[in-house]
Amino acid sequence: MNAPLLEVEGLRTHFFTRAGVVKAVDGVSFALAPGEILGLVGESGSGKSVTGFSLLGLIDPPGRIVDGSVRLEGEELVGMPTRALRRLRGRRIAMVFQDPMMTLNPVLSIGTQMSLAIRAHDAVSDKAARERSAAVLARVGIPDARARLDAFPHEFSGGMRQRVAIAIAMAHSPAVIVADEPTTALDVSIQAQILFEMRELARESGTALVWISHDLATVSSLAERILVMYAGRIVEEGATATVLRDPRHPYTRGLLDSLPATAEPGRPLNQIPGTTPSLLALPPGCPFAPRCAHASGSCREDPPRRAAAGRAYRCHHPLERVA
Amino acid sequence: MTAPFLSLDAITRRFEPRLILGDRIAARLGARVENRPVRAVTEVSLEIAKGETLGLVGESGCGKSTLGRVVAGILPPTSGTVLIDGKPVIEHGRKVTTRVQTVFQDPYASLDPRMRIGDIVAEGPIAHGLASKADAPGYVRDWLSRVGLDPDFAGRYPHQFSGGQRQRVAIARALAMQPDLLVCDEPVASLDVSIQAQIINLFLELRRELGITCLFISHDLRVVRHVSDRVAIMYLGRIVEIGATEAIYRDPQHPYTRALLGSVPKLVLEDDELVRFETISGEIPSPLAPPPGCTFHPRCPVAVEACRREVPVLFDDSDGRMVACHVRAMERAAMTKEGSA
Ligand SMILES: Nc1ncnc2c1ncn2[C@@H]1O[C@H](COP(=O)(O)OP(=O)(O)OP(=O)(O)O)[C@@H](O)[C@H]1O
Ligand SMILES: Nc1ncnc2c1ncn2[C@@H]1O[C@H](COP(=O)(O)OP(=O)(O)OP(=O)(O)O)[C@@H](O)[C@H]1O
Ligand code: SF4
Ligand SMILES: [Mg+2]
Ligand SMILES: [Mg+2]
Repeated sequence: MNAPLLEVEGLRTHFFTRAGVVKAVDGVSFALAPGEILGLVGESGSGKSVTGFSLLGLIDPPGRIVDGSVRLEGEELVGMPTRALRRLRGRRIAMVFQDPMMTLNPVLSIGTQMSLAIRAHDAVSDKAARERSAAVLARVGIPDARARLDAFPHEFSGGMRQRVAIAIAMAHSPAVIVADEPTTALDVSIQAQILFEMRELARESGTALVWISHDLATVSSLAERILVMYAGRIVEEGATATVLRDPRHPYTRGLLDSLPATAEPGRPLNQIPGTTPSLLALPPGCPFAPRCAHASGSCREDPPRRAAAGRAYRCHHPLERVA
Repeated sequence: MTAPFLSLDAITRRFEPRLILGDRIAARLGARVENRPVRAVTEVSLEIAKGETLGLVGESGCGKSTLGRVVAGILPPTSGTVLIDGKPVIEHGRKVTTRVQTVFQDPYASLDPRMRIGDIVAEGPIAHGLASKADAPGYVRDWLSRVGLDPDFAGRYPHQFSGGQRQRVAIARALAMQPDLLVCDEPVASLDVSIQAQIINLFLELRRELGITCLFISHDLRVVRHVSDRVAIMYLGRIVEIGATEAIYRDPQHPYTRALLGSVPKLVLEDDELVRFETISGEIPSPLAPPPGCTFHPRCPVAVEACRREVPVLFDDSDGRMVACHVRAMERAAMTKEGSA
């Protein structure tokens, strides 16, 4: 087993809003080895993106990392001065944002932004940077890449912008890439190409990936391990195929059951009953209890601890193995 | 056949490059400057019946959103007409109807960050007299809860919501305008599967209740199959196959449709299985310089000589299905001949 490249321990990121404290990330721990691909899935609003932002120190007030540690190659990032963090971002740890316009500046051409990103950490000429930009763009499947360097972000389609953001993150072959819903706007064929490139990057340069996505099929084809988040916590984790084949947490089961493939076309899909809990007022026990068919009195009172019998989950009444 | 509710006739949309000053001077001096237009949509004709949902799928960058924006009247076509109920959507370059509304791909960009979500949802209905200022709060609460948001969130700003929650706001805003035609551009792409299921169910229910007609753009083939009555497959700006959803999924005829359906990722449930990612082989062609003949020919496994020369036109394949492929057309012709012999 390789030494961990990234170690996250007891991460808590809260937002101090007028309405109260939003505990967006509440005690998240995991480790990543070089070249490893980790899938992070979960309910919309469960804190996946905030976890990603926290790793890069990108939490703005009223948000704050209130507890925990993030170590990249042994170096503690929580509390690191902004200037030191900036030197790491893009070079050692990069993020592909869920919204590509967070990476892209609308008033600069694609080529200019990519060159800027490359030259931020590598002392190369403008010409060389443009060459490299065209090459990475081609890698993510933009045809006629060189001719399109002068286009502006609004002249690219949604999926093309998403691919530019991916290309920028890949440009320095960083140690860790946090990819937040990186392929949601892509069609299956280009998605497959990106997944392939990502896997190559992980294999060749040892880049580790945190792959945040709600697309269970892509996660299952890419990630060796999976974390399932609900209401700011990891509720289940393990080898991807095992977790998806044989989920122990009722929320994970619910996710799998909501896939369109499980219902007949035109018929209502299975959905998890109830609504996403407000992070302002979480119930004292298991946050999933109000929506869970198996909930008992203890579920409503004590938060389940992490059980780790071969595989970790947080549930008082884990589902039986399906043989 | 009832009269179509929406009809598109030979819609073409190009984007001309704007040359920067330096390039313009260089061009005057005789230098070769890139100024090829982007051919986003080329001669698309189709119809949607009242209450029907047409799914629109295709590669990223093939022109789906551009076509969606033309249908919604946000973008004028370079040529061709869009009629809703026989009346044009755009007149003199301006959108003249509120009967179509859109839900966009990108819930971030489409919501004004400085407005409270209650005001975002109320703005259109107040401006168009669907709700009075006094009734607006109740009207907004009603729509927020119909899309599964806590009505008490009306006072919050978009950045306080997650991606999925913002998409619900966008859906509430569109539906609050009580449109007849909804253009949904990747409406569930940013949602996790359980919320996606809720939104799709909501969509199926509202469609039944309100009889909304819909153009549903998505790259998620499983979602499209679930919600569409008919589906159109687009490749590099053109429709290459269109027909009843189940028929196409069961038995795709265009080589591109076949390749596309073949690359749908599946849930991997075996340990240590290294998935081979199925991409469609060959370079993705550029809309700046589409290949001659059938634009799919450089990647097509069955292409023949005619494919390199002539643009295939959509022909009636069977049961109202239209396909634009030379090879399929020849097959079809041979089948009819056999049949009549
Ligand atoms: N600036 C902020 N102020 C207050 N609350 C916030 C802020 N940013 C995020 N949150 C809250 O933190 C929670 C987690 O949000 P996050 O964006 O991480 O969700 P997510 O898991 O990425 O969801 P999605 O799948 O929809 O993208 C949400 O409930 C959100 O409302
Ligand atoms: N305003 C614009 N100016 C110039 N080119 C544009 C503009 N809008 C779109 N294009 C180009 O038109 C083509 C089609 O873009 P469109 O957004 O319609 O694709 P799409 O099928 O929606 O793709 P995606 O699935 O990635 O969203 C692309 O090559 C894009 O770069
Ligand atoms: S027309 Fe020719 S190249 Fe185009 S899809 Fe058909 S067989 Fe392939
Ligand atoms: Mg997110
Ligand atoms: Mg689009």
